[in-house]
Amino acid sequence: MNTVLDLQGISKHFPGVIANDNIDLTLHQGEIVALLGENGAGKSTLMNIVYGLQQPSEGEIRINGNTVVLHSPGDAIAHGIGMVHQHFQLVPNMTVTENIMLGAESVRNGLLNRKQAALRITELSQRYGLDVDPGAIIEDLSVGERQRVEIVKTLYRDAEILILDEPTAVLTPQEVNGLFSIMQRLRELGKSMIFITHKLKEVLYIADRISVLRNGRVAGHATPATSSETELATLMVGREVNLTFEPADNSTGELILDARDLCARDDTGHLAVRNVNLQVSAGEIVGIAGVQGNGQSELVEVLTGLRRSTSGTVSIDNTNLTNQPPRAFTETGRICHIPEDRHLHGMVADYSVADNLALNSYRNEPFSNNGVINRSAIRAQAETLVQAFDVRTPTIETTAGSLSGGNQQKMVVAREFSRESRLLIAAQPTRGIDVGSIEFIHRRIVAKRDEGVAVLLISAELDEILSLSDRIIVMYQGSVVAEVNRRDATREQLGLYMAGAQQSGNAAQ
Amino acid sequence: MITRPWRWLSGRATVVAILAIAFVVTAIWVNTTTFEEGTWQAQWLPVFFGISALNFMLRAAVPLILGALCGILCERSGIVNIGIEGMMLAGAFAGFVAKVATNHWPLYSSLSVSVMAAMAAGGLMGWLHATFSIRFRMDQIISGTVLIILAMGLTSYLYDRDAVAQGKFSAIAIPYLSDIPVLGEVLFTNPPITFVALILVIVVHVALFHTRWGLRTRAVGEHPSAADTMGVNVNRYRYANTILGGTLAGLAGGFLVLEAVGQFQEGMTAGRGFISLAAVIFGNWTPFGAMAASMLFGYTQALQNELLLAGVVGIPRQFVSMIPYVVTIIAVAGLVGRVRPPAASGKVYDKDGHQ
Repeated sequence: MNTVLDLQGISKHFPGVIANDNIDLTLHQGEIVALLGENGAGKSTLMNIVYGLQQPSEGEIRINGNTVVLHSPGDAIAHGIGMVHQHFQLVPNMTVTENIMLGAESVRNGLLNRKQAALRITELSQRYGLDVDPGAIIEDLSVGERQRVEIVKTLYRDAEILILDEPTAVLTPQEVNGLFSIMQRLRELGKSMIFITHKLKEVLYIADRISVLRNGRVAGHATPATSSETELATLMVGREVNLTFEPADNSTGELILDARDLCARDDTGHLAVRNVNLQVSAGEIVGIAGVQGNGQSELVEVLTGLRRSTSGTVSIDNTNLTNQPPRAFTETGRICHIPEDRHLHGMVADYSVADNLALNSYRNEPFSNNGVINRSAIRAQAETLVQAFDVRTPTIETTAGSLSGGNQQKMVVAREFSRESRLLIAAQPTRGIDVGSIEFIHRRIVAKRDEGVAVLLISAELDEILSLSDRIIVMYQGSVVAEVNRRDATREQLGLYMAGAQQSGNAAQ
Repeated sequence: MITRPWRWLSGRATVVAILAIAFVVTAIWVNTTTFEEGTWQAQWLPVFFGISALNFMLRAAVPLILGALCGILCERSGIVNIGIEGMMLAGAFAGFVAKVATNHWPLYSSLSVSVMAAMAAGGLMGWLHATFSIRFRMDQIISGTVLIILAMGLTSYLYDRDAVAQGKFSAIAIPYLSDIPVLGEVLFTNPPITFVALILVIVVHVALFHTRWGLRTRAVGEHPSAADTMGVNVNRYRYANTILGGTLAGLAGGFLVLEAVGQFQEGMTAGRGFISLAAVIFGNWTPFGAMAASMLFGYTQALQNELLLAGVVGIPRQFVSMIPYVVTIIAVAGLVGRVRPPAASGKVYDKDGHQ
C-alpha cells in the first residue's frame, strides 16, 4: 500500500499552549484512519495544519512521498486534500452547483458554465452513490444532504485524501448509516480518509486504524479488531471511564412532574407537541428518545415556561404552573434546567465564569442585598463550584466563551445543580463534549436521582438514554409513540419507534 | 431541472416587470395620441406621462442608479455602505475641480478627464471605507458616517465660490434608435453618463450572477468562511468591490456636476446617496431591482415637478412636494422583512475567530 499522507513530528505552539506535540501520523491509500480524541486534544489543530489553515511550528508533511509546505487551503486542495468541515461551509441561498464550483469555476467566454459543472456533479454523485441534485438550493436541503454536497465539493476538486471533521455529530442515526456506506464506497474506489470523532462505536465500526490523541500528543494506536470501547476510552481520557449506570432500585417516590394532554406550536405555527402525557416521579430518570426535531425542544420549553402551551396542563409538585412565567417554574416549581443549546440559552459567552455561575441566583441573598450585587459572595460561590464541578478555567474571571465545550457545559451544570431542586430537566446535556466530561455529567445526574430528584432527560444520543434512564419514552412527530422500561429496551426496537413505528397496544394514543 | 434560469424572476419581480411594461405602453400611447382640447385627458395625461415627465424621471434616476449599483457591489461582498452620499459628493467636487482646471481644453477632453477625476475620488473614498472596515475593523455604519462628514466638510472648506466650470455634456442621439417614437426621444437621446448608467445595470447584473468574480463576490458576502476554505481571498474581494463601488458613486457625483447642473454647489447631492440606499433595499440587492426602484423614485420627483408646473390648485403645494418622500417611506416600509440582505453584510471576517 502506498503512503499518501505522512505527518512527521508535527508540533504547533500557540502562546502559552502546545496544541500539537511531535505528532506522527500516516495514511495509506484506500484506508480510513480514525483520529480519536477529546475536545482540546489537538485534533482540529492537526487537521487545520494538514488543510493549510495553520502552519506547523515544527515537523513536516509528506504527500505521496514528497515534502510539501501548505500555506493556504488552496495549496492543500492543489495537493489533493479535501476537508468536510463540521460546520458546513456552504452558502445557503446558492445552488448546489454554485457552491461546488465556487473557487474552481468552469468558465466559458468569461461567463460561468453552470451546465458543464452540473454534469460533472451528476456524474460524480452517481459514481460515488451520493445522490446530490445540482439544481437544488442549499437551504432546502437536509443536514445529511448538505454533508453529501460537502463531500462532492472535495471530489469535484479531485481530492484523494478526505478529512472528515466530526461528520456524525450533526446526523440522525439513519443519516450516519448513509454516511458510512458512502465512506465505504469511497474507500473501495481508492480514496483515503481521516475520520475525526470522539464517538467510540463509530470508530470501531468504520475505521481501518485508529490513532488516539490526548493533550496534543499521540496517546496510542489501535485497530478495531483488537480493541474495545473501554480500551479506547481509557486511551482518550488517560484513565478508566465508566459509562454504564445501574437503574434506580424501583423505589420511586411521589409524583413530581405531571403534564397532561399538552399541545404546543413551534415558531412557525405548526403543531409541534401533540397531546403529550408525561409523569416523572422523585428518584427516577425518564429519558425522552427521538430524532431531533420531533417536538422535544418545544416540549422542554413548555415544561420550563419558555413557550406557551395551546392546551393541556403542567403541574410540578402538585402546583399547577401551566403557562406561568419561567421564574415561577424555577422558584415555585423548583426545577433546574440544562438547556439544549448552551450558547443560546445556557450561558452568556461574554460574561465571566463567576457571573455565569450566578445567573440563576444573583437576585437572592447573599448574592445581592437590597438590589446591590455582592461581588465577593459571587466570587466565593464561583470558587467552590469550579472546584466541585471540575470546571477547568484559568481563573473565575475568564470569559465563559473562551472555555472548551466540555468545561462550558460543566459550568452550566454546576450553576443549575447549585440550588436545591425537585425536578431536573436535562436537554442534550452532553452534546458535543468529550468523554471525560460526559462521564462526569452523567455521574452528577445519577447522583441527583439518588438524592430523590425527579429527572427528565432529553437526548438525541441513544446510548445516553440507554445508560441513564429508568424509563424511556420515544417521541415521533410531536407525539409519544412508545414507553418502555430500560431493562426491556433494545437499540433496535427504540430505533424503530424513533422512525415512527407504533408500539403494539399503544396505538390508541 | 439542472438549472432554472428564470428563478430570479420571483413573484415580485414579475409584478414589477408587468407594471413597468404597462407604464411604457401607456406613455407611448399618450404621446402618440392627440386628445381633444379641454377634456381631462388633454389636461392630465401629459402631466403624468408626457415626454418632459419621462425625461425628468430618467435624469433624476441616473445618480440613484449609479449610487445603488455602488451599494449593491459593496453589500454583496459584505461591506455595508451608508457613505454613498459622501462618495458621490467627493466625486462631484473632484469632477468640478478637474473641470475648472481644464476649462481651456477642448470641451470633450476636459469633460472626460473630469469624469475620471470624479470616479477616482469616489474610488479613493471606497478605499478609505474598505480600509476602515477591514483593516481597522471599524464599525461600518460609523465608517460610512465618517465618509459623509468628511466629504461635506472638505468640499465646503475647499470650494471656491468664484470658480466656474464652462460647459457640460450634451445629449447624443443614437442613430436610428432615436427615431423610434417616444422611446427614441426619452431613452436614446441622452448625454453619455446616462447611457453609461443604463448599460452598467446590465453589466453589473451579468457580472454578479454569471461570472466567476460575481459568484465569489456573492459567496464572500453571504458566507465568507465558505469562500475562504475554497481558496478565495475574502478581504481582497471586499476591497476590490468597495473601491469599484466607490468609483460608481463618484460617477454619480460626476453626473450631477458635468451632465445635469454644470456647476458645483455645496451639499449638492442632497440626500441622493441615502435614496440610493433605499433603492438597494427596495430592489432586493439586484441591479435591475435597484434600477426599477430608482426609476420609481425619479418618477415621483418628476411628478412633483410636473404637477407644480401644471398649476395644481386645491391641494397645497407643500403636499405635492411631499410625494417623493412619502413614496420612498411607503416603498421601504412596505418591504421590511420581505427582502433579505446578504447574510455577512457588515460583519468583519476574522479567519481565526471563526468557529
